Amino acid sequence: MGEARIAAAFAAAKDEGRAALMPYMMAGFPDRESSLAVAAAYVDSGADLIELGVPFSDPLADGPTIHAAATAALEAGATFATALEVCRSVSDRVPVVLMAYANMVLAHGGAAEFARLALAAGAAGAIVPDLPLGEAEEVREQFAAAGLALVPLVAPTTSPERRAQICAAARGFVYVVSTVGTTGERAEVPASLAALVTATKADSEIPVAVGFGIGTAAQAAEVGRIADGVIVGSRLVRAASEGGSPAAAADAVADFLSQTRVALAG
Amino acid sequence: MSRLDERFGPYGGRYVPETLIGALDELAAAWEEAREDAAFMARMDLLRRDFIGRPSPLYLAERLSERAGRRVYLKREDLNHTGAHKINNALGQALLAQRMGKRRVIAETGAGQHGVATATACALLGLECVVYMGSEDIRRQAPNVERMKLLGAEVTPVEAGARTLKEATSAAIREWVGSVEDTHYVIGSAAGPAPYPALVRDLQRVIGDEAREQALQAEGELPARVIACVGGGSNAIGIFKAFVEDEEVALIGVEAAGEGLDSGRHGASLSAGVTGVLHGSLSAVIADEDGQILEAHSVSAGLDYPGVGPEHAHLRDSGRASYVAISDRQALAAFAELTRLEGIIPALESSHAIAWLLENPGEAGFDVLCLSGRGDKDLAEVVEQTG
Repeated sequence: MGEARIAAAFAAAKDEGRAALMPYMMAGFPDRESSLAVAAAYVDSGADLIELGVPFSDPLADGPTIHAAATAALEAGATFATALEVCRSVSDRVPVVLMAYANMVLAHGGAAEFARLALAAGAAGAIVPDLPLGEAEEVREQFAAAGLALVPLVAPTTSPERRAQICAAARGFVYVVSTVGTTGERAEVPASLAALVTATKADSEIPVAVGFGIGTAAQAAEVGRIADGVIVGSRLVRAASEGGSPAAAADAVADFLSQTRVALAG
Repeated sequence: MSRLDERFGPYGGRYVPETLIGALDELAAAWEEAREDAAFMARMDLLRRDFIGRPSPLYLAERLSERAGRRVYLKREDLNHTGAHKINNALGQALLAQRMGKRRVIAETGAGQHGVATATACALLGLECVVYMGSEDIRRQAPNVERMKLLGAEVTPVEAGARTLKEATSAAIREWVGSVEDTHYVIGSAAGPAPYPALVRDLQRVIGDEAREQALQAEGELPARVIACVGGGSNAIGIFKAFVEDEEVALIGVEAAGEGLDSGRHGASLSAGVTGVLHGSLSAVIADEDGQILEAHSVSAGLDYPGVGPEHAHLRDSGRASYVAISDRQALAAFAELTRLEGIIPALESSHAIAWLLENPGEAGFDVLCLSGRGDKDLAEVVEQTG
């Protein structure tokens, strides 16, 4: 169910001769209304899929921009329910992949109940960035039973043996972390990325998308030439906070995303 | 050669970004190998004796015993170099970092005790040291910040959240995600992702191994109760571990009730928390219904933490150890009482254990209480609190 929607979105982009564009956003940031406007703007500006962050108090995989956005969203009153609301608002138009830390899965009834809630909001998949291979088995099975794809991450520090195991168990797509570090904009795409993406594609039967550190349309295009999908996070989160109103937030992200979409097609 | 524990019952595990998994595997393998290496352990033993000052005495506190109505022995971790049990772990991990060929070490600190211990071990071994510390703690603990700087460490302020230990730990882990290829992270308690809870326990177990032998020498039998304060829980697991198989010995962990367990302002994850994931392991945490980790509160900075090491959660569930909680007010009174009775100024953390002892006279036998640190660092806080 979720897997098929994700597969179709990647396939449609591939048919157009480009990588899929997957913008990230933080639910409830800078406030509920703005995040609903940002989600709609993502769809209107050419997002093939959306990665939707569930705000959490202690996000260990995130750099300063997304960490601060989570803190601000929580201060503005966001909860898991806010993330589900944002998910529901766009999930009939593009596949939505939730990005939720392990404690959020646990606190909302465990894997089966979390999957049920996510599915009811139309989510296609979920990334749990602090649930690496070795911890993920039960959650992956429960998610799969409900029709929610558990998308795993591969890092530059992942050993080749482990990478093959991660790819074999992956559902939806494989998320390649571009650099050794947390999320956030970087000046350059690492030179070692191409080899990592090539190796991961060789291990994987499903699409391979790259995230972390992609902050310009040119970087997205560069990564799009080697990967099946490109994830842009912190740069867009920063844009969402700059407007000062829901409409301004939507305009700011739409502007960046439209340019990126053009660059990917180029 | 036995493998390091990754799970304690259902608790523990490695709930961290994929980027760190390789380094955690490397660390587990390094410690499994090092603890079987006679030359490495001989060096550790020598430094424990001549640098830390071990074994720490097991002191029969006569006036405290009179007041408590039973014989009470204090395990004097306050007499260690740098003034607390923290150095046992910091020195061991710094030696391990050196053995792994990592020249750079990072650590988190709350009140600064673990930061000072890590900076001290790094100075001894010539390692680069960066300590993450919440800016609120930097303000409250200026003398320890100066100590770390004197020892050659860089102190990096953390501005997120309440600017205290939880955020400093998160910041250190995030930094490690980006520097893992050449840096070792010295976590300060028996918490975090596997293998840290088992590694830190192994390094702190020296407290319990010594205390058990010293108690048998002094009394010819084992204590009725072993009592220790629990924040992250490293001094407690260190002393408990040596007695776990002695089923007749009661193990009592004393958490911070802060302003009261019902107030929402406490540090008692085991007594009043829920099961959750914080800083890489599944354990008891203080969280709200939505799954957000809450700020802890305690007058004692070392107990001001919304999580606890996973082995304690397992010892609680199995019934092998009991966990109780003592309020700020009770701990402050016990701080004053021990100071006057014994001429020992205890850390506010350890004062929680003293307070529980004073209020819970046992029946037969004698007690061993882990005096985890000295209280010089707490003087300003105590003066402020008691006016």
